[in-house]
Amino acid sequence: MSATGTGTPGSPTVEEPVWVSERTTWTGRLRRRAVGALPPEKLLPDTQPAYVASWVYIFGALSLGALAVVVISGAVIALSGPAWWHVSAAGHFVNSLHLWSTELFFFFMVIHLWAKFFMAAWRGKRRLTWVTGVLAFVFSIATAFTGYLSQQNFDSEWIGTQAKDGINSTGAGAFWNVLNFGQMLMWHILLLPLVISVFIGLHVLQVRRRGVVPPFAEGGPLSRLASVTVPEPAEVREPEIVPPVPTAGATEPAIVPPVPTAEVEP
Amino acid sequence: MSRRFRPDRDVAEWAGPTVRYDLLKEVTVCFIVVALLTVGFSIVFGSPDVKPVTLKSWSTADPVDFVQTAITELAGTSPTATYGPPYTTTPGVSQKLGPISLETIPGDRLHIDTTQDFVIHPLLTLPDEPALDQAVATYESASTTTQQRWTTAFGNAAAKASVNSAGVLHMNFAGTGPTATMMVDLLSMARSGALDGALLATPQLYGTDYTKPLLFLADGTYMADLAGAEHLHGSQWGMMNETGNFPGQAWLWLYTMWYQVPPMNTSSSGDIEVWAIMMVLTLGLILLPFIPVLRSIPRWTRIYRLIWRRHYRQQAGVAGGGRAT
Amino acid sequence: MSIPGAIVGGLIAALVDLSHPGKYVHWGVIQISVANLVVIGLMLVVFVLAILLPFPHSRPKR
Repeated sequence: MSATGTGTPGSPTVEEPVWVSERTTWTGRLRRRAVGALPPEKLLPDTQPAYVASWVYIFGALSLGALAVVVISGAVIALSGPAWWHVSAAGHFVNSLHLWSTELFFFFMVIHLWAKFFMAAWRGKRRLTWVTGVLAFVFSIATAFTGYLSQQNFDSEWIGTQAKDGINSTGAGAFWNVLNFGQMLMWHILLLPLVISVFIGLHVLQVRRRGVVPPFAEGGPLSRLASVTVPEPAEVREPEIVPPVPTAGATEPAIVPPVPTAEVEP
Repeated sequence: MSRRFRPDRDVAEWAGPTVRYDLLKEVTVCFIVVALLTVGFSIVFGSPDVKPVTLKSWSTADPVDFVQTAITELAGTSPTATYGPPYTTTPGVSQKLGPISLETIPGDRLHIDTTQDFVIHPLLTLPDEPALDQAVATYESASTTTQQRWTTAFGNAAAKASVNSAGVLHMNFAGTGPTATMMVDLLSMARSGALDGALLATPQLYGTDYTKPLLFLADGTYMADLAGAEHLHGSQWGMMNETGNFPGQAWLWLYTMWYQVPPMNTSSSGDIEVWAIMMVLTLGLILLPFIPVLRSIPRWTRIYRLIWRRHYRQQAGVAGGGRAT
Repeated sequence: MSIPGAIVGGLIAALVDLSHPGKYVHWGVIQISVANLVVIGLMLVVFVLAILLPFPHSRPKR
């Protein structure tokens, strides 16, 4: 425990209460917000609502699994460089892993998109979950595209010389040159993976924060809620924490040395 | 302050029963399953690696197409030479969306002069070639009209050129002036591999930019014919395809579809028109939760009734049964 | 190439050669490879199965 505050040397120091540093430091404020939004039982839940009872719910996790294989196989290629897979049988196999995990990634991610669409999974303050998910999808397409451009074979030659027309027409081609292998490779292995990591990270945290979307109200008494106004949740105000006010005139208790008692000789 | 409940935007949060759920186990099992699938597909199918076309392989396999392309690069009439931004400032070729031409805003930031970059400069790197140096000097010092006369004569003759069994080019060089020497030497240079090297050379030795050789290759028909055989042309929905029988990029189906339909399929601004459509549709997908009618489709199509059928059965039981849905 | 290298290389080489010219299906203006058609078809099948296949009951937790 660190003693803060000043005092004359020799006199006891007063420790700053946690509620103060938690509200006045950047770190403290961030921690309070983070733990408030995602307490441990929300971040790593061991329960889920009973309505989550369909195989259609596993495609998000399957997409993440595929992405992990994509990244790992890409990292192995990075160990030996972009030309390795043309000259090594082991390298060619790792390239195959990278290609098929990418195909599986899009396979599972698009099914995940279909499922979330038909569940209208954006309902109930989950719009950011949907938005970050679609952005992850769009930037994944861009990442895959730069990957195809980085193959250094006939396929990448053709894709580059064809795709340049679309990108050039927007004016972006003047800055983002699909025929510049060095530029496309760096976007593929660094910049775009960072972007999709951010969107996927936000997406997963949003799912944890808001939970899996409940079913549409159907039949039963709840369906009549469609015509009832829903009040906005009352703003929860944190109670003011008021530090104890020292009473006027009070002084710190004096530290009084113990009075020696008369020793009784046996 | 309260607002009306909209079933496609709002939902009453769940206060009902929960069941046990192992998040870490699910993610681990999914990873293992996908890893096994990936290894399986890789062992069974492998991956494609078709060797790239080079100026050397092109000029060796189809020297006629090579010189036919090379003379247009010298003349400045090739697709690259007349492309417009970002490679050239050729007027009247920029793609437009209504009155706006986005590509003209940054201009020819990646400027390419095909006459110099693809022909003359590479030729001048060849040492000890006095006849070639003289031919180049003659060409450069001639008037534009004379240059055009020579290149047109060469182009016309090249259209009737042939290659003998030894791979030697035969054509009528009458009226082609110094372009004959320049083109024959450029062909030799290409067949030796030196042109690939010259187009990639940088002042600092190291380079990663393949713009020049790729644009030169794309101007010819040799690479395009190979691509057509693999169904990779735009008109073949090629954007979705991979060489051989490998699955390609099925997720690009909508992007390439617009290139097949009028008016984009014949428009000179087809690329920017398709991009504009795709940007609007992508924005629509991103903002779907905010768009009425579209966001109601899940409720209208009622596929959710199948997904949550166990929940609805339980709810019907709770409500005392008998309520028809 | 060493003998172990040759064995590994042989194992790693594809069992099914997909490098032959691709097979394509034409339907009006639509042209699609058999490979892509299989992928899209599988996606639809897997999606439908995922919805229809019964999901095991979980232990309730209060």
